[in-house]
Amino acid sequence: MTTAQKDPVVVVVQLSGGNDYLNTVIPYNNEIYYDNRPTVGIPQEQVLHLDDEVGLHPQMGAVRDLYNQGNVAIVHGVGYENSPRSHFRSMDIWHTCEPDDVGTEGWLGKVIREIDPNKENVVTGVSFGPSMFRAMAVPGVPVACVEDLNNYGLMPGIDAEEQRQKILNRFSRLYGQAIGRGPVMEFLGQTGLDALQGADILKVAPERYSSSVEYADTTLAKKLKGIAQVHLAGLGTRVFYCDHGSFDSHAGQPNMLAGLWSDLSAAINDFFDDLRARDASDNVVMLLFSEFGRRTHDNGSGTDHGAAGAVLVIGDNVNGGQYGDYPSLRPEDLQQGDVVPSVDFRSVYSTLVEDWMKMDSRSIIGGEFEKLGFISNGN
Amino acid sequence: MAHQDEIALMAHLMRRAGFGATRENLEAYVAKGYEATVEELLNPEAQEPVDRYELLRYHPWSWKPGTIQGTGHATWLYHMVNTKAPLQEKMAVFWHGIFATGVSKVDHWDEIQDMVDMLRDKGMGSYKRILMEIAQNPAMIYWLDNNENHADAPNENWGRELLELFSMGVGNYTEEDVFECSRAFTGWTIMPKLPRFPMGRFDWEFEYRDDDHDEDEKSFLGYTGNFNGEDIIDIICQQPATARFIARHLYNFFVSDEAQVPAWQRVAPGDPEAIQTIADAFVESEYDMRSVLRTLFNSDFFKEARFTRIKSPVEVVVSTLRFVGGHEFPAPGIGNLGRQMGYMGQEVLNPPSVEGWHTGREWINSGSLMRRINFVADLVGDTSLPGVQSIVSRLREGGNLSAAEFVDTCLDLMGPLDLDAATRQELIDHAEIDGNLKWDTDKDAEFTTMRISEMLQLVVSLRDYQYA
Repeated sequence: MTTAQKDPVVVVVQLSGGNDYLNTVIPYNNEIYYDNRPTVGIPQEQVLHLDDEVGLHPQMGAVRDLYNQGNVAIVHGVGYENSPRSHFRSMDIWHTCEPDDVGTEGWLGKVIREIDPNKENVVTGVSFGPSMFRAMAVPGVPVACVEDLNNYGLMPGIDAEEQRQKILNRFSRLYGQAIGRGPVMEFLGQTGLDALQGADILKVAPERYSSSVEYADTTLAKKLKGIAQVHLAGLGTRVFYCDHGSFDSHAGQPNMLAGLWSDLSAAINDFFDDLRARDASDNVVMLLFSEFGRRTHDNGSGTDHGAAGAVLVIGDNVNGGQYGDYPSLRPEDLQQGDVVPSVDFRSVYSTLVEDWMKMDSRSIIGGEFEKLGFISNGN
Repeated sequence: MAHQDEIALMAHLMRRAGFGATRENLEAYVAKGYEATVEELLNPEAQEPVDRYELLRYHPWSWKPGTIQGTGHATWLYHMVNTKAPLQEKMAVFWHGIFATGVSKVDHWDEIQDMVDMLRDKGMGSYKRILMEIAQNPAMIYWLDNNENHADAPNENWGRELLELFSMGVGNYTEEDVFECSRAFTGWTIMPKLPRFPMGRFDWEFEYRDDDHDEDEKSFLGYTGNFNGEDIIDIICQQPATARFIARHLYNFFVSDEAQVPAWQRVAPGDPEAIQTIADAFVESEYDMRSVLRTLFNSDFFKEARFTRIKSPVEVVVSTLRFVGGHEFPAPGIGNLGRQMGYMGQEVLNPPSVEGWHTGREWINSGSLMRRINFVADLVGDTSLPGVQSIVSRLREGGNLSAAEFVDTCLDLMGPLDLDAATRQELIDHAEIDGNLKWDTDKDAEFTTMRISEMLQLVVSLRDYQYA
């Protein structure tokens, strides 16, 4: 199958709360790992080995299979300098690429603006979840923010269709007025119009969808199924976003992380099966990231906020394998008890933006960063 | 007309210090006077409390729901819709946004509801007292893992958030302070940690374990001593950064939308003088929230800040339910109503993280805007509800109003809302399609009622209506 006619699509799954890098991609051959993880360490024999040094969390079976098929890139030690170890701040940095300042524009919002500068398609970016992610937010850039694809629209409570249409027409005139009352008022106007239009476009997605894949009944699986429905409907959506969590495993980590990765791994598997069955997977790349990794030494039942993490990139056109080196766990190499980032997160973004989305990344990422070779058609 | 100005100012006060008010209530408050109304709001003890047994009688599930999803929202909604002391309830919402604790992790509704009860009870008193209560609150201890904060293995989750999110804000302390602060709170834990089954969750209680408390010397914010948690809270309260931090939160919640918390280190307040006024009141009153609120509501910067905040989902849902009426009784369906705030992006008792919710324009995206409009439009379009009926009868008293009079009366009763000329004209154009209101025959009255319902739906879908 050729990929030439299909526009590249990126699906971001945000692992909110700080996913524990060391227990996701496990350095099972490193004694220091076990010294540091007396409580939450994962025994060697349970680790899903990828090579002689590292392996995946036991609940990541489907991810391991995709890895073995060459479709998963694992980027080691991703982060940035002087990690603040605050969820909020760190997530902001990942979303806006502004480690030293408070950014107002999300990197994916800028990607959407670049793809569709004239706002010809208000569903170029679609976010799944009750609230929008800052990564997608750029003032004036429409993003459809969907919770339930089946009941998405304005004033569905008005039964008489004619009366509803009359109100919606007036609504659209009211929201279209430029009344010069400041940026928030303008933002509201545009959001209202985009919502109206987005709902009209997206309503066909569940209607057109049929599939033999049975997604699990988990929150994340529902989101990925929604993404599959919109993608398969061919509505021109290029950027999808959703989140999963919370990964904030200060306590009770073993069960917590197992549950989260079990749901995630199964949902990823179903999602790609669904797309492959319809010949719609080869233009999709999925990115999994978290705002930070967790502290090297466990705290007796979980792990506290740390610095470097792992990023996973999954898709048919991904050059599977591992990128970067596993950061040193030796005490003298740690900073404030954490493994030190060796790959800037913006290197991951610039690879995706340049080699996958085929766009200039400098204005989006805010500078030039060394690219990683995880996209197979990027060379 | 002076009276109209007074109504508009009172409506502003009630939107902010409460959950809005019906026109009948506004008229009564105006008769009483502005400052007297502020005093009434500041003294919730004088009001009859919400009758929780009434809710229990019809919804026994609301008693200690344990791990049952969704019931906590409904219980709090019941309080917010029925309270006669709206500022007290609003302050509980305010503190809940700061001491943001979620059932996603605590997995125990009873404990978070107990925390909200505490915030309702103590939220207008001393901030220092509130911090002490929070530090010993079982839900908070579990939420931020202080039960895992041991003398020989400090867990700094609580210690960090206490400084970063509950008092001073980033940039006013060092990593060393976080660590020393955490040490001071070792041994502050909960009992009993019994398993969940077979008897369901047990109530948790604060317990101080002397044997698990780090007795060594600590250095915190320039002070050195064998500090315990109380000492840390004492030092925190004296920091000018704390006064400014709480002042900015109050300003953002009650006065005008501000930059979000993570930006505070870099972005100056929109009105630095107002922040200083609030912070001064905080220091001078020794952290007495009632005094701080009195200063705030009686200040010009507050009175002038009309429609400068995007309503939070809690405000959208509760003010609409109080406005249309008919939802005071613990009716069936309260569970679903409780979930609406979450659908709009503010699931109470379950904030997205310990940082609480982003507010202001961040409440708005295409999904949440749709939810807000749909929810409010459904209710104000229902002419069987008493609050809507009251609007219908006031319009009917006006007789055969012209399109412009019809629109202006609706805008007055729904706010008063002050629209720009173009928006108002658009509504008048809509009303003119069917001409003057007619009440002559039953059929006329029925058609006019339908027109009113449609006009109210348009009004609540306006951009202007998203502001408080």
